[in-house]
Amino acid sequence: MSTTTAPNSAPVAETSAAAPPRKARGRGQRGPVLTLASHGLLVLASVIALFPVAWLVFLSLGPDKDDYLHPGKIWGKMSLDNYSFVIQHTNFFDWLKSSMIVSLGTTVIGVMIAATTGYAVSRMRFAGYRKFMWILLITQMFPVAVLMVPMYQILSELRLVDSYLGLILIYCSTAVPYCAWLLKGYFDTIPFEIDEAGRVDGLTPLGTFTRLILPLARPGLAVAGFYSFITAFGEVAFATTFMLDDSKYTLAVGLQSFISEHDAQRNLMAATAVLIAIPVSAFFYLVQKNLVTGLTAGGTKG
Amino acid sequence: MTVVQRLKHSYQKNWYAYAMIAPVAVVLGVLVLYPLVYGFYLTLTDADSLNTARTIGVNHIDATYRFIGLDNYKDILFGPTAYDRFWSHFIWTIVWTALCVALHYSIGLGLALLLNQKLRGRTFYRLMLIVPWAVPTFVTVFGWRIMLADGGVINSFLDFLHLPAPGWLEDTFWQRFAAIMVNTWCGVPFMMVSLLGGLQSIDATLYEAAEMDGATAWQRFRYVTLPGLRSVSSTVVLLGIIWTFNQFAVIFLLFGKNSAPDAQILVTWAYFLGFGQQPREFAESASYGMLLLAILVVFTSFYRRWLNRNEQQLAI
Repeated sequence: MSTTTAPNSAPVAETSAAAPPRKARGRGQRGPVLTLASHGLLVLASVIALFPVAWLVFLSLGPDKDDYLHPGKIWGKMSLDNYSFVIQHTNFFDWLKSSMIVSLGTTVIGVMIAATTGYAVSRMRFAGYRKFMWILLITQMFPVAVLMVPMYQILSELRLVDSYLGLILIYCSTAVPYCAWLLKGYFDTIPFEIDEAGRVDGLTPLGTFTRLILPLARPGLAVAGFYSFITAFGEVAFATTFMLDDSKYTLAVGLQSFISEHDAQRNLMAATAVLIAIPVSAFFYLVQKNLVTGLTAGGTKG
Repeated sequence: MTVVQRLKHSYQKNWYAYAMIAPVAVVLGVLVLYPLVYGFYLTLTDADSLNTARTIGVNHIDATYRFIGLDNYKDILFGPTAYDRFWSHFIWTIVWTALCVALHYSIGLGLALLLNQKLRGRTFYRLMLIVPWAVPTFVTVFGWRIMLADGGVINSFLDFLHLPAPGWLEDTFWQRFAAIMVNTWCGVPFMMVSLLGGLQSIDATLYEAAEMDGATAWQRFRYVTLPGLRSVSSTVVLLGIIWTFNQFAVIFLLFGKNSAPDAQILVTWAYFLGFGQQPREFAESASYGMLLLAILVVFTSFYRRWLNRNEQQLAI
């Protein structure tokens, strides 16, 4: 996918002298009204996109839990008290640790296991190929409700409820097929001539894969890894159900614990939310260009 | 193409292929197939949290649930209160999926078209517009929840405009409205970015040719842009449908654990039956899961067949 082929906007000289004067603008050029309208719509959309997040940031500065009812009063008493409270008196860092262990564990296992498979389905046509691809597709769209009950029973038997390993295993059930799909798409973009060259030079298929293809596929591996990480990091259903000890909560579960039936500490919740959002979105913005390319590579080839 | 064909042929009967897919096959067997079969078995029993094997302190209590055949499915689909328990959620799930994906796609396409022009500040707009995707959903949904609460900023604003302030998180209709609104907000950036990628990969000379032939802006959109986006569209729409149908976090976090029974889609409702109430109805919840999976598999098969008939390949 090329990202630089925006419609050619260089004004094209009008070749037809018979063209009416109001068509004198070149291709890709608009009148001032359209430009203004475009800007207006985009500004409106940007405000809508940004507002909920900005509002959270704003509320996190108000020290009282009911400040969200009178946001005007926050201006007079802004402070970072919520942040220092969250950092010092809650399990924030435990939650962060759990989230990191679970997400990184899923990422590493997912990508490692899926890599050879992605290569195999990209290059080789074996008996049962179509069925296998179909299974890979179906498994990533399992609704959480399908595996939750049996997983809960099985993990209880194995004493893996409330353990990081249990959660990692569950996440791998979607991350592995997903990474395999994603990596297949990436391997497809690597020229087959490279494999051919490796084979001519006497490398085994596995040798071709590890020595030639893997080093070339680093961006694809990074995208697959990042997706696994983001998915595991943001997962709510399994984490909420399977993690019981509040020092083992992931961030997605810990954040919920600020609002219980008895009490809603919205100010602390907002501060925690901001603390989570800043590093994650910073990371997201760093890699977003590659992300989109990776995900739709297959789709935009046309 | 000859290189590709030769290569494929040389690998064709190679055991390497099976060796290389073995790790994934094993993982899927252990982590997906086994739980799936076990889950299906549970749906044929009357298992709940009172009769399954469990350990309380040092005492281990053995499972006492019974095999009851297809009774769970019969009860869910045709039992006395089947409409309230299943069909109403089923209809709402379909409406939810259709509306959300339609909104995601149309707003996403609109914004992608706007961003695909030569425009000052285009990169800035793009960065702003993907904020809902960059910040984790479980964070932003809480932001919405505070905004939609009684006396929250949205209702204050509506009051200010002298408009009626609905009980977003209390009335069924407004709960559903709010859920769709929040999910649309969360899902548009992905569509926008994917479709923008698709737009940028359309050959600019096609537009040139269309314009030479005197095509109007609408005709160019209809006969160049839309066909050019078909491959991306079929992929992102399928992904969108699956993700929205399975969407758990938005509804679960927006309404909390025990409110809004009528705004629950099938996935969150199945979760409520199995884990949100006492006693936990494991068998019933698992049966809902199986039904959901069946719906998705049937839908995807038809979608694929439909694409194949139109000579398109699904590219994910």
